[in-house]
Amino acid sequence: MLQLLDISKDYENKPLLRGISFAVAANETVCLLGASGSGKSTLLRIIAGLEPPEQGTIRWEGQDLASVPAHLRNFGLVFQDYALFPHLSVFENIAFGLKMQNLPRPEIRQRVQEAMKQVNLSGFERRRVTELSGGEQQRVALARALAPRPRLLMFDEPLGALDRALRDHLLDELRGILHATRIPAIYVTHDQEEAFAIADRVLLLHEGMIVRDGSPSEVWNEPHSAWEARFLGLGNVIEGVVRFQVGKACPELVEGLKVETPAGFFELDCGHTHQAGEKVNLLLRPSGVRLAADGNLRGVVADVVFHQDQFKVTLENGLYFYLPEAPHVGEEIRLCVLQSGIQCLANDDFIGLGC
Amino acid sequence: MGFRRLFPWLGVSLFLGLFFFYPLARILWLGLNPASLANLDLSSLRFTFYVLRFTFYQALLSTLLTLLIGLPAATLFARFDLRGKSMLRLLTAIPFMLPTVVVAAGFNALLGPRGWINLGLMQLFGLESPPIVFVYTLWAILLAHVFYNTTIVIRVVGNALAHLDPRLEQAARLLGADARRAFWRVTLPLLRPPILAAALLVFLFDFTSFGVILLLGGPRFATLEVEIYIQAIQIFDLPLAAVLSLIQLLCTLAFSVLYSRIVTHMTVATAPRAAASNLRRARGWREKLFVGGMIALLLALFLLPMASLPLRSVARLESARGERAAVSYGLTTDYYAELFVNRLGSLFYVPPFEALANSLIYAAVTVVLSLALGFPVASALARPGRLERLLDPFLMLPLGASAVTLGLGFIITFNKPLLTGHGSLITSPLLVPLAHTIIALPFVIRSLQPALASIPDRLRQAAASLGASPRRVWFTVDWPIVARATLAAAIFAFTVSLGEFGATSLVSRPEYPTLPIAIYRFLSQPGGLNYGQAMAMATILMGVTGLGILLIERFRLPGAGEF
Repeated sequence: MLQLLDISKDYENKPLLRGISFAVAANETVCLLGASGSGKSTLLRIIAGLEPPEQGTIRWEGQDLASVPAHLRNFGLVFQDYALFPHLSVFENIAFGLKMQNLPRPEIRQRVQEAMKQVNLSGFERRRVTELSGGEQQRVALARALAPRPRLLMFDEPLGALDRALRDHLLDELRGILHATRIPAIYVTHDQEEAFAIADRVLLLHEGMIVRDGSPSEVWNEPHSAWEARFLGLGNVIEGVVRFQVGKACPELVEGLKVETPAGFFELDCGHTHQAGEKVNLLLRPSGVRLAADGNLRGVVADVVFHQDQFKVTLENGLYFYLPEAPHVGEEIRLCVLQSGIQCLANDDFIGLGC
Repeated sequence: MGFRRLFPWLGVSLFLGLFFFYPLARILWLGLNPASLANLDLSSLRFTFYVLRFTFYQALLSTLLTLLIGLPAATLFARFDLRGKSMLRLLTAIPFMLPTVVVAAGFNALLGPRGWINLGLMQLFGLESPPIVFVYTLWAILLAHVFYNTTIVIRVVGNALAHLDPRLEQAARLLGADARRAFWRVTLPLLRPPILAAALLVFLFDFTSFGVILLLGGPRFATLEVEIYIQAIQIFDLPLAAVLSLIQLLCTLAFSVLYSRIVTHMTVATAPRAAASNLRRARGWREKLFVGGMIALLLALFLLPMASLPLRSVARLESARGERAAVSYGLTTDYYAELFVNRLGSLFYVPPFEALANSLIYAAVTVVLSLALGFPVASALARPGRLERLLDPFLMLPLGASAVTLGLGFIITFNKPLLTGHGSLITSPLLVPLAHTIIALPFVIRSLQPALASIPDRLRQAAASLGASPRRVWFTVDWPIVARATLAAAIFAFTVSLGEFGATSLVSRPEYPTLPIAIYRFLSQPGGLNYGQAMAMATILMGVTGLGILLIERFRLPGAGEF
């Protein structure tokens, strides 16, 4: 439905967005995930028509939107901090878009009621928006965007200002509403947990480019680069050197890798071939690890923190793992890291090539 | 609550009691006592009604005109990024502190019968008489009010607009509102409280305007203020003047209450955001035309009157008396040289130079008096207790009473000897600086208090813990901040006193005129030489006041002394 082709935008003469292309399908929720300042909000504003791109096209069902001004695009946007009209009541806020469509009064009333029901706000009509709590304001903002039945819904870090528990709750509600209304949506956030929870597809934005496009499980299970693994907090990223694999016919080209790192030797099976002596980045997942006297990773315990039903153990070399039992601080331990918990990553300069 | 806490209030209470509240009470008594009420016949009631109506009428027109210029100007400053913006902003702010006589002289130099434009047009087309009649018309009053008060609209509305969340308008756009509907449905309603507040403040200043009406409106126009002056000074009907004063006070009080209610309402409506993000350069021909046109308009409105005054004071542009043919042009210092001469030789006409000397002496006395009275109170207010919070509003009350009312109060109160056996104060030249002190005191206190309060005790304790004796603590920690603030307050009091016209015109002795009074006299005299001397004196006054404004800007703590 929505299609972006090669969108570029400068900010203060530095490139902010570089050749962004992606599409959003019918009733699909796409999540744009990136660090703050990566240009995700700007991209939303460009799609909304609030800012022109320097280059590139935006199409809706094949029609170029360049000449369509923001108020005729019928795209809904839920702003960060909501941007509710402080001089209007809850009802008037939600009715604003419907009034702009010059709908008859009874229909406006009925559609506002409907939207308020969707976001569990019934009975708040007469309230002033300045009196509402953060979560309630968020619901009004959502209802305001939903009421005119937009062709596309956009969210700009909509839960950023709320506390953890409320965020999880609202996220569930939001997912339910998006599924029920079947409106395609673009959701912008810097929080990977939020992204994985709501998205059908995750787009990773880094240095103005989309470096990854995949389902949440794909992105989680198969990170492509060291930056991705670090940004998503998937585990420990360490640098190592490819060593000879004993018993191979041709020792220069190895498939089953043996990699030497400061923390120990690791064997793993990578689908690609590597030169012996080549530098690689390894991702060591922090869970699925056990204490073992003959483990392939050794280190001195620097810190132990209780974390949910496990202990987060940090070693002096900076690596961390989740263990069922707590070792003592200062103790030297050996851990057995399974092959399934180790992945080979591309260097940051080879983003997108994969390992 | 011991004597130590009351002590700082002693001087101020006595002073304000004797020279503000007591005269005010006398006006109240004179205006409301049965004898003077019985004196009010139908014709004087009708007359009062006409004066009141004109006061409202001109204030309303002035306010509308000020909004007409001020709102686009506020948009210019709040929304657009342009070079030299802070200079332009300062230019629009200067008039607010200029003495009325200077403003009147400035407009006279530009648009008066002997002003640049009229003389230029006469020369160009060989006309016999000035083609533009500006001085002594309603337009002169309106334009001078716009000149004075546009800065209020720029500040109040401009600040609100600059801090208005731009995303509110964008949200409206995304909900299907075009630019025009987004403005009418969202931006304008959000700006309504600040616009109302600014309009009311402007109205209040226009309503109580005195010098502008008297000097630029001439004898045909009288507002309440001017009529109080005329009744008190020319007709000697003090009871009627008192009644007019009371009406004036009531109106001012009502507007002030309304204003403070709007201001408390105002803070709720706008979502503060970083102002810088709203600024951008003009795009497209419409915006460029708007920005260019507004800059030209503001420069014309604010720069021309202020520039034509000093230029006119050194320019000879007309023939000497009686010699129609021989018109001499060129630069001249005659008008300044004449300031030392008493041409008229009369007892009441002193050489203008003496008026300047009088003004400087009065201003110096005002500075000493208002600092001596204000400093202890400001120190007490810097660490306010219950007593301070209770007394604070009383200190600000003189702001609400007009200068002319104050002058009237002085006349009523001090025309008889205060103590038997002494001469009455009314003949004393000391009355002028006393009135000026009443007017300057609230400003002095309000600029000292935040500076004194801004010194945290932790700083003193830190200095003491590092081994400084109490005396050294005061000199190293307190003094640098206190000195700046005191200097700013002193300059403030000095400038206020130097330009004060309302109260002075009622209480000054004819033989001890101040500079503004002398300018007024010379402006109302016929003849090129008198006109030139008025220009020269007004230029001096403008220079000194302008210097004062710049110095205050330098020494003022950021955020202190705003209105």
